[in-house]
Amino acid sequence: MRAANLITAAILAAAGVLVVVDAVRLGTGWGTDGPQSGFFPFWLAVLLIGCCLAIAAQAVRLTLPVPFVTRKALGPVLAVLGPAAGFVVLTQAIGLYVASALYMGFYMRWIGRHSWAAIVAVAIGFPVATFFVFEKWFLVPMPKGPLETWLGY
Amino acid sequence: MGFENLLLGFQVALQPHNLMVAVVGIALGTVIGVLPGLGGANGVAILLPLTFTMPPTSAIILLTSLYWGALFGGAITSILFNIPGEPWSVATTFDGFPMARRGEGGQALTAAFTSSFVGALFSVVLITLFAPLLAEVALKFGPPEFFAIQLLTFSSFIGLGGGNPIKSLVSILLGFILASVGLDIVTGALRLTFGVTELMKGFDFIVAVIGLFGIGEILLTMEEGLSFKGASARINPRVVWETWKTLPRYWRTFVRGSMIGFWMGFKPGGATPASFMSYAFAKRFSRHPERFGKGEIEGVVAPETAAHAAGVAAILPMITLGIPGSPTAAVMLGGLIIWGLQPGPMLFKERPDFVWGLIASMYTGNVIGVVMVLLFVPIFAAILRIPFGMLTPLIVAVCAIGAYSVHSSMIDIWYMLGFGVIGYVFKKLDYPLAPLVLALVLGDLAENALRQSLIMSQGSLLIFLNRPISGAITAVALFFFFLPALSLGRRRLKAPPAPAASHPDHTP
Amino acid sequence: MRPTRGHLAWLITALTLWALLPPAAHAAWEPTKPIELVIPAGTGGGADQMARLIAGIAEKHKLSPRPIIVVNKAGGAGAEGFLYVKGKKGDAHTIIITLSNLFTTPLHTGVPFSWKDLTPITRMALDQFILWVNAETPYKTAKEYLAAVKEKGGTMKMAGTGSAQEDQIITILLEQSQGVKFIYVPFKGGGEVCVNLVGNHVDSTVNNPIECVSHWKAGRVRPLAVFDTARIPDADWKDIPTIKEAIGADINYLMLRGIFGTPDMPKEAVEWYQGFLKKVYDSPEFKEYLSRGALKPSWLTGSDYVSWLQGAEQLHKDLMTKGGLLKK
Repeated sequence: MRAANLITAAILAAAGVLVVVDAVRLGTGWGTDGPQSGFFPFWLAVLLIGCCLAIAAQAVRLTLPVPFVTRKALGPVLAVLGPAAGFVVLTQAIGLYVASALYMGFYMRWIGRHSWAAIVAVAIGFPVATFFVFEKWFLVPMPKGPLETWLGY
Repeated sequence: MGFENLLLGFQVALQPHNLMVAVVGIALGTVIGVLPGLGGANGVAILLPLTFTMPPTSAIILLTSLYWGALFGGAITSILFNIPGEPWSVATTFDGFPMARRGEGGQALTAAFTSSFVGALFSVVLITLFAPLLAEVALKFGPPEFFAIQLLTFSSFIGLGGGNPIKSLVSILLGFILASVGLDIVTGALRLTFGVTELMKGFDFIVAVIGLFGIGEILLTMEEGLSFKGASARINPRVVWETWKTLPRYWRTFVRGSMIGFWMGFKPGGATPASFMSYAFAKRFSRHPERFGKGEIEGVVAPETAAHAAGVAAILPMITLGIPGSPTAAVMLGGLIIWGLQPGPMLFKERPDFVWGLIASMYTGNVIGVVMVLLFVPIFAAILRIPFGMLTPLIVAVCAIGAYSVHSSMIDIWYMLGFGVIGYVFKKLDYPLAPLVLALVLGDLAENALRQSLIMSQGSLLIFLNRPISGAITAVALFFFFLPALSLGRRRLKAPPAPAASHPDHTP
Repeated sequence: MRPTRGHLAWLITALTLWALLPPAAHAAWEPTKPIELVIPAGTGGGADQMARLIAGIAEKHKLSPRPIIVVNKAGGAGAEGFLYVKGKKGDAHTIIITLSNLFTTPLHTGVPFSWKDLTPITRMALDQFILWVNAETPYKTAKEYLAAVKEKGGTMKMAGTGSAQEDQIITILLEQSQGVKFIYVPFKGGGEVCVNLVGNHVDSTVNNPIECVSHWKAGRVRPLAVFDTARIPDADWKDIPTIKEAIGADINYLMLRGIFGTPDMPKEAVEWYQGFLKKVYDSPEFKEYLSRGALKPSWLTGSDYVSWLQGAEQLHKDLMTKGGLLKK
């Protein structure tokens, strides 16, 4: 827990520093017509950095001796996060419809251990339904890849 | 004004053709409301070109019905999956989702839909009776008044949660910082974009919420190794009736929510702050504030009543002033012009059939809407019976679609994933998420209003106190800001801060 | 479908299509998939309305074999939309509707794009600007109003849409030509600007006609002058003097409502869009829309359009240099 608290505080403080840098570029003063562009980001970030220091101090002084995440619990979390990240990468490469079919098929087989019939029904049915709802019906384009190009979309 | 006008309106709205249009609109709207990201504004914008061939009255009934549907539908995924389908249903997740986890999804949905309906009805009645008068009141709200309202929303919420005050402050600060990314409309300068094109449009509130709440929740649930408990819930068609029997005791919350919603709704951007404010007040005035965030039905009633009341009220400035009270109303406003109508004060005189048909359709549309969604409550609740191995990828895919459709932008799907991880880490480390979300949604509006006011006053903060309306609201807001300091000791004794990693606690 | 087989099928189809291509190329180009119409502004504004009107007219009169999908990309004062289209080099199914931010956004924010990156298709209309005051004020003419502004010594408030965009440019031109000073208050949208005038939160605005027309007819605001060389010919508007008639100054500004294609869009596609948009432009619905909003019908294509764009860009550069609005 302590390490996680310290790391999070450090990351947030670093983000705060970035904000301060850009805010200084924009001007942090209070002109005749009110605050300049950088005024609010600057003070927000300064406060943020201050809070992060306080949190770090707290974390060092008093932290429950429980780990942030147990090794046993980390597995399932990564089992969701990993495929989800893979899904996003695939979406970028080959479009959302094909990517979601592959993702769902993979996940349902690997984690859910569903029957192949169920897998095929959902993994094909969902993207097809989505395609009709969004692409045809609502005219909202989703990211597309070679398959859709081939189909003329 | 008067009842012959309303009767004229009902003659239009009750034509079988227009009733059909309303049913179609509600059904589409509910679907749109359910899909996160594809909000009412998108839905209306998408259908707008299709309404071009319809008579204006039918067209506006279709679009407003779609809007009601989206208002109803926004609650569904909030309650079932902790994913707010619409910005104004974020506050509904605080208690709705814990209820669903306890197996009370049906009750939560019934409460949400019923509250929406009550809020809507309240607003429509006020619109029917006082539309032109209310338009005059709306005109009195300039930037200083608008800022005062944002301040009040924020202050009513502040000091409500337990937990670590420094971490709450970090959440608030982070929310405001994220809100300031992108174009600063007051100076036209790009802020915090570091020359990156993708950052220019800033962080959309709904994308952040999908990630923080939706994806974050899945990660937490997986870690605890449990699936949703919805599967064990008894899904009984009588759940609607049984829930109704318990609702009248919250009449104060209904009244308060409706008033807050209506009042906030007729200024732009009202529904979301209204839902937060109503939730905050319900908790403040409750005899059991400690139950909030753990599945208190009143915590569902309050934000939903206010959100729908505000959503309906947002139509008012559109027809009477030609300014939209919400993004959805902004698109409808464009629709009016395309159909050959000029929105604004003259519309009541030039096209009474249209205006009163629209107002009458607010009654019919909401009645049809509440009946339709209530009929489906058992089915919605049964969604939770889907096995987890199938539900998880479905939710992730729907979230991705939602995040993408906000701006048709791939980067938003990445943001969603990033916010999911942030949501997970923050929740584990006891950083509250609600203040972050509230700051993100209010930050932009509040900063613009503040700076517009200061330009008007040439830098003097007294502008907020000199003007009667903003002075009064600011005074109340300041009172709430200092209230926590006064009642801190008492509150501490009553409800000790929740320990870290008490995950189902959604206390903001 | 297994990836290998899908790939094979795709390859075969691609080859077949390639074999079929040459005769098809002789026929006129037609869209083969939905057309994406990008709006570099938010929903509900002037550009958004026109884009959705175009999509609606196309739908109603079946002018396009494929549907038109309207997409808002408003980030960074429109930079998001422009950069998106700029990145779709050679794409024949993406077009963008532009407003003045085509010129002002790169000049003010330094975002790297220019209209020269895009393929000009056509100019549809030009939007007028009018100086408005609240009807309760005693100012009947622009002259009276500006005299009052001068007398009050820089305490009168002018509201407009956005910062370093057309409304502020006009305000600065007015200030410089008349030796007066306004407090310029930027708002997010034109409708909001006019309502703040009706509510007496500001003293004047430079709204587009359509943003204020309803309040005018309801007797809440008063138009004082049109920022153009000639009066608006429509019956409702023709009594409003030009700014030259009113105060003797040449402050003329019109806002582009034009359509552009992606960089290097194929010539055949550009021609198809021109034909398509001409049909939209000639439709009674579009004509009615223009006249109601007092927009100037301004169909212009080809090299005339390009040279007009060059002039307009130079004009914005000059105006923004004078107003001190260029990126520092």
